[in-house]
Amino acid sequence: MIAEIYFALISVLAAGGGGGGLLSVDQGLAFWTTLTFLLLLFLLRKFAWKPILTALKQRELAIKESLEQAEKAKEEAKKILSQNEANLAKAEEESKKIIEQSRLYAENLKQQILSESKSQAKKLLDDASLEIERKKIAALDELKIQIAQIAVDAASKILRENLDSEKNKNLVQNYIKEISKN
Amino acid sequence: MDSLAVNQVVVDTIHTSHSENDSGWILHHVMDGNYLDFSPFFKVYLPQIELFGIDISITRHVIFMWLAALLMFIIFTSVAKSYKKSLAPKGSSNFWEVFILFVRDEIAKPTIGKGYETFLPYLLTAFFFILFGNFLGLIPFSATFTSNIAVTATLATLSFLVIQFGGIKNNGLIGYFKGLVPHGVPIFLLPIMAVVELLGLFTKPFALAIRLFANMTAGHIVIYALISLIFVMKSYLISPVSVGMALFIYGLEVLVALLQAYIFTMLSSLFIGMAVHQDH
Repeated sequence: MIAEIYFALISVLAAGGGGGGLLSVDQGLAFWTTLTFLLLLFLLRKFAWKPILTALKQRELAIKESLEQAEKAKEEAKKILSQNEANLAKAEEESKKIIEQSRLYAENLKQQILSESKSQAKKLLDDASLEIERKKIAALDELKIQIAQIAVDAASKILRENLDSEKNKNLVQNYIKEISKN
Repeated sequence: MDSLAVNQVVVDTIHTSHSENDSGWILHHVMDGNYLDFSPFFKVYLPQIELFGIDISITRHVIFMWLAALLMFIIFTSVAKSYKKSLAPKGSSNFWEVFILFVRDEIAKPTIGKGYETFLPYLLTAFFFILFGNFLGLIPFSATFTSNIAVTATLATLSFLVIQFGGIKNNGLIGYFKGLVPHGVPIFLLPIMAVVELLGLFTKPFALAIRLFANMTAGHIVIYALISLIFVMKSYLISPVSVGMALFIYGLEVLVALLQAYIFTMLSSLFIGMAVHQDH
């Protein structure tokens, strides 16, 4: 039915062309062209154009997406970098503060230790001089006692030898000299 | 070389070298026939078929049309297969992708705009069908089926149908025919405009058919005419000039082959766009 209508249409179209010339529309060829082209259109649409166009669109989307992603990643990296820089600066500040603090602390400690040791040394010194003084007094006391003893001894010697006043004087003098020599 | 001179050469050639054949050997070469012409070696005769009283013999042009269709099917299914493997094109897929993207981005998208995807398969098929036909015709011993008015008329008819289909689908049957007449036309001009626009519907595809047919035929006729100069002048001395100029025309035909495929597709697309978006 459709084929008959189609061929009738072709006949009408071809009628104007006349027979055999360059400008005559050959019905058979028109038929084959229609058939070939429509079949080709159907087959290529199914097996070529649809997958190709879909793939092309997919690829364009993928390219666009990855470009956007790269842009985003770059932005992110930039953000992280600036964050890192800020962190680093903060850490440096922190460390500087800590060092400053510890130096101050050390200074204080040093000062403290120094003054403490000074006072201790002074105390030691004081103690020592006190001790020396004490020892000196003790020695002097001892000396006094010994001198007295010696004096008593000398006196007893003098007494024992029974000397005159001149002789006595000389004796005492000699004795004293002897003592001082010792 | 103007057309008058070409005609003269054709007539002379017929009379000098083929005086027994009054149909003209150049036209004989350009036109369809029921055999594959490998002259001067041999001819392959093709089967003759008749259906419903109409001669649907397999002719030279049918054979080359099938060859083009077969090549297209093999090439583009393999291109589609290569995309299935990886989205990055490889080898010859790169080459064909350029044309496909050209049809999509330079022809269909700007002329049709929104909804161009529906018409893309038709435009792509038409573009490559004409392109393959044009280039097959440039191979020695082949025939150019796109230089046959029956083929171009059929293609133009299909374009016409696609244009009407697009217009009716987007605007509705009544809306489409109402929209054919531009807005703001005075009432008394309406009948005239309606007739003009209705005629315009048919002249557009008619021009498509004639343009493709004439462009693809003319180059071949000129090449045959230039070669026949050698026989007309009956001198070997003219052959460098003939061959040189024929070669130049051949180079021109390569350009024309590309250009006509582009123009046919471009204009079809443009008319589709006009039918789909009537408000422009």
